[in-house]
Amino acid sequence: MQQLITTLLNGLTMGMVYAAFALALVLIWRSTRIVNFAQAPMAMVTTYIAMVLIEGGLNYWLAFILALLSGFVLGAFVERVIVRPVEGKSDINAVILTLGLFIVLHALAALVFGSDYKSFPAPFGVRGITVGGHSLAITPFGIFTIVAVIVVMLLLLLLFQKTDVGLQMRASAFNPEVARLLGVKVSSMLTLGWALAALVGSLSGLLIAGGNLVHPGYMDSVVVFGFVAAVLGGLDSPLGAVVGGLIMGIALSLVSGYLGSGLVSLAALLILVAVLLVKPGGLFSHASERKV
Amino acid sequence: MLDIQGLSVAYGPVKALQDVSFEVPTGTITAVLGANGAGKTTLLRTVSGLMRPQAGRVTLDGTDITRMAPEKMSRLGMAHVPEGRGVITELTVEENLRLGELGRARNGDPVAIERMWEMFPKLGDRRAALAGSLSGGERQMLVIGRSLMATPKVLLLDEPSLGLAPRIVAQIFDLVRTLVDEQGLSVLLVEQNARSALSIADLGVVLNLGRVVTTQEAGALAADEDLRHAYLGF
Ligand SMILES: Nc1ncnc2c1ncn2[C@@H]1O[C@H](COP(=O)(O)OP(=O)(O)OP(=O)(O)O)[C@@H](O)[C@H]1O
Ligand SMILES: [Mg+2]
Repeated sequence: MQQLITTLLNGLTMGMVYAAFALALVLIWRSTRIVNFAQAPMAMVTTYIAMVLIEGGLNYWLAFILALLSGFVLGAFVERVIVRPVEGKSDINAVILTLGLFIVLHALAALVFGSDYKSFPAPFGVRGITVGGHSLAITPFGIFTIVAVIVVMLLLLLLFQKTDVGLQMRASAFNPEVARLLGVKVSSMLTLGWALAALVGSLSGLLIAGGNLVHPGYMDSVVVFGFVAAVLGGLDSPLGAVVGGLIMGIALSLVSGYLGSGLVSLAALLILVAVLLVKPGGLFSHASERKV
Repeated sequence: MLDIQGLSVAYGPVKALQDVSFEVPTGTITAVLGANGAGKTTLLRTVSGLMRPQAGRVTLDGTDITRMAPEKMSRLGMAHVPEGRGVITELTVEENLRLGELGRARNGDPVAIERMWEMFPKLGDRRAALAGSLSGGERQMLVIGRSLMATPKVLLLDEPSLGLAPRIVAQIFDLVRTLVDEQGLSVLLVEQNARSALSIADLGVVLNLGRVVTTQEAGALAADEDLRHAYLGF
């Protein structure tokens, strides 16, 4: 029982991180039909930025927020300068480009920050909370992780559903040509979408890093799990990404807890294959539109 | 007034429009008629900035808008309802209308969304439904309503009758005529359904293989049997 609770709580925490990462992938897919594999190293770079700032003596929270902002700027930069030239061309070009960027960012990070393991500080304890003599599996940092992801998701929901900019972003993603005819600056909306996605990706990077070791490849497994989570939920659905992330986190935690951690990647692959076979559109694929 | 002068447009080697010139006087309906592939859609797409012409000029009340980006046009008072209706199916009815309002012409007076519910009670009943769940006629009402929220001076309509029952077509054409008469809107109406279009239009332009065959008063065009048989199919 104790072990099951521990496993589930771990799964929930990791699930929140995967959910955030999957959401980042979905935001970009929805508006540009590109799976941004470079999301992982982009988050890695912003984590290193946070680490450099903290080591330079900056307050943890200030560094955390500056790192998120740097993710936002990096996302906008990548869309404007690197992805823009191939947008609207064959999709394969853009995918090759994001894979290329993946490799380049890795190499650059190894050059600038070194390729050895470095420990990243956590602002709270990473030991389990004790309640009435019992030690729970959830750590203060785990609670922070869950809360931070929920807050960011609620803010995004507000942005997309309740603001004019959010409405224009959705219009640009669903029907760019009609959006332009209605006066929406679609190209700015795409840039903003990439920037927000990179910010959310960076958040998941910082949350994984907290209290752990980081190196240039530390996010690489997350992009795989996040991608499977996004496919599981339906690549077009932000809600699906969140649910898919939670399912992935809990499923992988159960596999790792009961079957052995060596099987986690295989389990992720099996989930991906199962989704593609049983419900290729994902759990939350849109009901097909009425034909008239 | 919308003034089109010497417009030539090509898709690679395919010349879709050649030296097309005519005017859409303020407060009138100008119908552009022609068979499949005559270049009607290309004409509207070029006027609204979605396509770049090889040659020619388009001016709106004296402002040259020939190579202006489409997203700037709505502020100048141009609204384009594209072929196939152009509702954003993934957004709700109300969100579609709000988008129109966000692109409102610079000197247009805001239109309350309640006006739309009065004009189109069916849309009001379904304001929170996804636009993709509307019927064809309701969608056409929605895109016209959305254009009105943007308070345009010029409305470009690409085959609003496509796939609609005759009764709905008549309803929509009546609405367009009323808007022109009451609000001084200028309409460039592209249609294959020449008979209905000419019945509400002031002027008719016949396009064939990318060239203007003739520009005439709508009544005169409808009365010219030879032209009708040759180009308009009725
Ligand atoms: N994207 C494109 N690429 C190449 N040629 C095109 C393209 N779009 C249109 N054309 C060609 O340009 C010409 C004019 O097409 P357009 O769509 O403007 O005609 P239309 O009058 O609107 O026809 P319809 O009544 O069928 O809608 C046609 O010969 C068509 O084949
Ligand atoms: Mg057409």
